[in-house]
Amino acid sequence: MRTSLACLMKPVLHGYFRSSCSWRVRIAFALKNIEYDQIPVNLVKDGGQQLTDQFKALNPMKQVPAVTIDGITLSQSLAIIQYIDETRPGPRLLPADPKRRAQVRMISDLIASGIQPLQNLYVIQKIEAEKVQWAQHFINRGFEALEPILKQTAGKYCVGDEISMADICLVPQVYNAQRFKVDINQFPTIKQLNQALMELEAFKVSHPSCQPDTPDDLRT
Amino acid sequence: MKTVTLTDQFKALNPMKQVPAVTIDGITLSQSLAIIQYIDETRPGPRLLPADPKRRAQVRMISDLIASGIQPLQNLYVIQKIEAEKVQWAQHFINRGFEALEPILKQTAGKYCVGDEISMADICLVPQVYNAQRFKVDINQFPTIKQLNQALMELEAFKVSHPSCQPDTPDDLRT
Repeated sequence: MRTSLACLMKPVLHGYFRSSCSWRVRIAFALKNIEYDQIPVNLVKDGGQQLTDQFKALNPMKQVPAVTIDGITLSQSLAIIQYIDETRPGPRLLPADPKRRAQVRMISDLIASGIQPLQNLYVIQKIEAEKVQWAQHFINRGFEALEPILKQTAGKYCVGDEISMADICLVPQVYNAQRFKVDINQFPTIKQLNQALMELEAFKVSHPSCQPDTPDDLRT
Repeated sequence: MKTVTLTDQFKALNPMKQVPAVTIDGITLSQSLAIIQYIDETRPGPRLLPADPKRRAQVRMISDLIASGIQPLQNLYVIQKIEAEKVQWAQHFINRGFEALEPILKQTAGKYCVGDEISMADICLVPQVYNAQRFKVDINQFPTIKQLNQALMELEAFKVSHPSCQPDTPDDLRT
């Protein structure tokens, strides 16, 4: 009984409008047409609301996103996304074919382990000198690897012709790249995929510029 | 090892110029967790991820905490880029990650990281504890992590794959 009541409640996303990892989860919810509630966690206000004991109880790593769903709390965006995919109907977020599925995970992990953690707020704050150069370095390094990989795997989207978790990871990382003034014209496949994906409703409604916690001066 | 990963030959296998890269069934894959899940999904034998979706999510959460939240911040490439106090940097990120992992594992662990079956979470934990020890992090601070690591190191799969007995292990590090 308790489990089914929990399943009747809407999932709750604890995130930040500009967190690329939170945006990934928002995209996944949108693609699956899942209604959810958002509880904003401001990463800069009050020294960072992710550092409160209250939030730490949800995610001891003190990072967004954290999602409460079906009576459990999950952190790590790719774990959340795959859970949603495996338990909700709607378009697949990972391909049925095992090789394509592995390519989707490889691309997602290249971004989620190989780029984003090296340029997130926490790490940037720890770097003493030349924060922008540090971030640009790791984004460029990752995109230089991703470009030839995507040339091999991409059809209409990152892997073949179906939207996947790889696309979900790509768009927020391109947004981060642009914030750090990385020139994405160097990466034509990445640029073209990003443009195609930003035409899609799920990527638009979840965009940082139009979330409940988007500051007025950044709203479009 | 560093020299080899920067060669054009290796870059063709993995443009990210990192290990591991695996050639299997006619394709080349990089990113260890993508490789591991591909192996699990295409080969018979014990499951490396649970059947239950919630447990499976917990396995991925723990694996990603390590593979995205700890290891990339203390790997060779990043450590080389840090100008001062490399050991302190590595210790900081390992401690931070283990401080989060300890209460998570207290909730999820049975005999192993998630319940009583070995999973990808255990596969990620043991090598990260080894790294922690290399950087002189005191894992007595993390009793659940310590105890799980000890239990896992009793198992054949974790022993035969250990860094101390690989084909390329230097003689002075072989046991």
